[in-house]
Amino acid sequence: MHFNMEKVNTNTGRRAFLKTSLLAGGGLMLHFSGLAKMASLVDGGTEPAAKWVEITGYVHITPENIVTLICPNPEFGQNVMTSLPMMVAEELDIDWKKVVVEMGPHDNVKLGPQFTGGSNSMRMYWKPLREAGATARNMLMQAAATDWKVPVEELTTNAGMLYHEKSNRKATYGEFASKASVLPVPKGVKLKEVKNFKVVRNSQKNVEGAKITSGKPLFGLDYKHEGMLIAMIQHPPAFGMKLKSFDGAAALKMPGITAVFNLKLYEDGFEQAGFDVRTFNDLLVVVGKTTWEVMNARKKLVVEWMPAGDVKDTMSGRGGKREVVVPGELENTSAQLQKMADYAKKPAKELRKDGDPETAFKQAAQVIERTYNAPFLAHNCMEPMNFFAHVTDEKALLVGPLQAPGWTEPTLAKILNLPPEKIEIQMTRMGGGFGRRAYGHYLIEAALISRKVMAPVKLIYSREDDSTYGIYRPMYTATYRAALDANKNLIAFHVKGGGIPEHAIHANRFPAGAVDNYLAEGWEIPSNITVGAFRAPRSNFNAAAEQSFLDELAEAMGKDPIAFRLELLKRAKENPVGKNNEYDADRYAAVLNLVKEKSGWNGPEHTKYSRGVAAYFCHNSYAAHVVDLTLKGGEPYVERVYSAIDCGIVVNPDAATNMVQGAVVDGIGNSLYGGLTHKDGVVEENNFHKYRIIRMHEAPKKIEVSFVHNDIDPTGLGEPPFPPVFGAVANALYKASGRRYYQQPYASPQPNSQSV
Amino acid sequence: MITLNINKKTYRIDADPNTPLLWVLRDNIGLVGTKYGCGVAQCGACVVHLDGEAVRSCVTKISRAQGKKVLTIEGLSAANDHPLQKAWLELDVSQCGYCQAGQIMSAAVLLREKKDPSDQDIDDAMAGNICRCGTYLRIREAIQLAAKETR
Repeated sequence: MHFNMEKVNTNTGRRAFLKTSLLAGGGLMLHFSGLAKMASLVDGGTEPAAKWVEITGYVHITPENIVTLICPNPEFGQNVMTSLPMMVAEELDIDWKKVVVEMGPHDNVKLGPQFTGGSNSMRMYWKPLREAGATARNMLMQAAATDWKVPVEELTTNAGMLYHEKSNRKATYGEFASKASVLPVPKGVKLKEVKNFKVVRNSQKNVEGAKITSGKPLFGLDYKHEGMLIAMIQHPPAFGMKLKSFDGAAALKMPGITAVFNLKLYEDGFEQAGFDVRTFNDLLVVVGKTTWEVMNARKKLVVEWMPAGDVKDTMSGRGGKREVVVPGELENTSAQLQKMADYAKKPAKELRKDGDPETAFKQAAQVIERTYNAPFLAHNCMEPMNFFAHVTDEKALLVGPLQAPGWTEPTLAKILNLPPEKIEIQMTRMGGGFGRRAYGHYLIEAALISRKVMAPVKLIYSREDDSTYGIYRPMYTATYRAALDANKNLIAFHVKGGGIPEHAIHANRFPAGAVDNYLAEGWEIPSNITVGAFRAPRSNFNAAAEQSFLDELAEAMGKDPIAFRLELLKRAKENPVGKNNEYDADRYAAVLNLVKEKSGWNGPEHTKYSRGVAAYFCHNSYAAHVVDLTLKGGEPYVERVYSAIDCGIVVNPDAATNMVQGAVVDGIGNSLYGGLTHKDGVVEENNFHKYRIIRMHEAPKKIEVSFVHNDIDPTGLGEPPFPPVFGAVANALYKASGRRYYQQPYASPQPNSQSV
Repeated sequence: MITLNINKKTYRIDADPNTPLLWVLRDNIGLVGTKYGCGVAQCGACVVHLDGEAVRSCVTKISRAQGKKVLTIEGLSAANDHPLQKAWLELDVSQCGYCQAGQIMSAAVLLREKKDPSDQDIDDAMAGNICRCGTYLRIREAIQLAAKETR
């Protein structure tokens, strides 16, 4: 199942070729800056491996001309296993149909950051992978030219073959792979022009498609290892609770059970980095031979839980370490909503101010104010959390689904007291990620359990364990205010957003830059409910609230919703307000114009459907949707959606279309049905009979996706199409029902109207 | 000892007769194509055929499966060439892929019973299969394509 790559020794040390750079939003990122010179040597010697020849970290070619491309980033359905190797194949000039693709191991030196998230894979690897392919091709040509004693400029390639037409000679890449591998790795090899692409920009089938449809072992939950035991953790039943005491005697007597014990995840004072988030520190563990036996035995645990009270956590960050007090309250949704309403009235932190919004609002002929709310969301990936670990005093092998091995490995190294070189992480295919699997607490848990029982162990979360563990999308609210003058011109715009435990406001996003007087503020309520990145963090709420508000504003001003947005964008382009406006007004307007055209926005469809439009820019790509909704027996049903996307060069068009369609369905489902509630700290929606996920009969029959055609370097698609779906659904619901929707999930009973 | 017939092979399983078929398939036999998604018959990732009927293996005890024919995704075809599997690949349905075996197994029963399934037929038959990635449109198209190819 996994390609066991031998680690190639470098003379200059493991981290020699990593560069650091500051991310726009803060934080350091490690970059793979170029190809390491070490690619020439295997195991310290000069003889290439007999079986395969590694030209660069991403390309392996056997003497028989079998080409294996290594995918650096773990896969969770966004199809990087196809799209990333396509980039290599394009420049390498090989027959795509014959390519073998393998998921790479965790190796940040050879394979780059290996972080699946932030819709960054395509963007981050576009240049490095193309360079890898072009460089490998160059080295093969050099090897052939040397052997044939001809100038390398006279050589050509095609589909894995080398040609010297003048002397009528040809050879496969495989024939020269060994010789190429001992050449010095050239720098700055020229890349193809976009207009000459043969692989990229053409739809290629998912390289793992056949394995999926035939039930091959692919996922972490499928992974098997000799002697492997199964472990499950009994978590506290509520946020804010901890273990008081337990009696594992009855559980231990159950068939198949080998151990019952408790462990601490982090020792007191452990400095947590950004992705070390965890909800429960006590690990009450049952270990046994099979899953069902462990599930049964867990029920026999006799446990006493107690309120944890306020807990001090130590967080590490750019300024050094700091202590955070996690409140001990056993929270209730009704109290959360009340708290948010109270906090909304208090002063908040100013995030951006342009002009003089206070005066503008005082002088306004009309002020429109609306408040939007959205609940916690659970990721509920189809494959519950799980990880395999085999830990000894000397080394650790970990196998399973995760998005960012580089972020959890340092924590593993610290806690297991092993150097990183002794920790091997293999990434399986993930049954969904959505941001949840960037938080590696479950790797640490599996590793600690394995070390304790001195055996290979797979840790499994049941659906209930997974749904109730936390690391949710936060609970959000935002109040928008707009000031209109006597001629119904927009003279001021104010957004004050808050949340548990953080707000969603992106102060520099549209419509900032388009309004003379602008104010953005944010506030937060601390909580013990843990949160983490959820498909387009913050944006997934903003686009609902802001795009609903713009729609209502347009109506108050007597304008068409798309025309109104285009007017604002025109202002932002021609005479922008303020600095750091985080969007390209032309590209933003382009997706609105495209969706307007494709949906027949000005046509008669408005009589057949309730139409809502929304657009958003996040994670470097632009998206706009028109949602066509009807009411089926009083219940909202989205029949069709038109989507317009600008993500630069579309590497794999059909895969990209699939992604957008999936994001649309996900957005409809989450906006209409998604959300969880708390009662005394207990999550009430602990499985799919209570946490409602959109199903086949609730999904649109048609989602037509159009891409803006340009030659801009590719940006991502995992997140950008998702947020504006929420706004478009809300706006369509208004048309269908005559009332505005301010509270998600939209299919739930709505509180009283806010219109004045 | 429970004797099970799975994908036309006989297995003698040493497990509690109350063990759900899902876990015997995955842990005891090693057929991991059938997936665990919820354990409460809500998501359909665990669907297998029991004497041709689509059942949720997460709540089907192996005692119930005794003497019956169990078919899993691994046994649906010899060469990944059931019309549904072919349609799934033709239309590139899968995203993460975790739910797809269950989707195909549910769809296989629909196709056997309805040669020309309507949208409503598909809605009804597939209502119990969740896809968190949202590939429903393509699943629908693939069912329709497979039905067309079979007619």
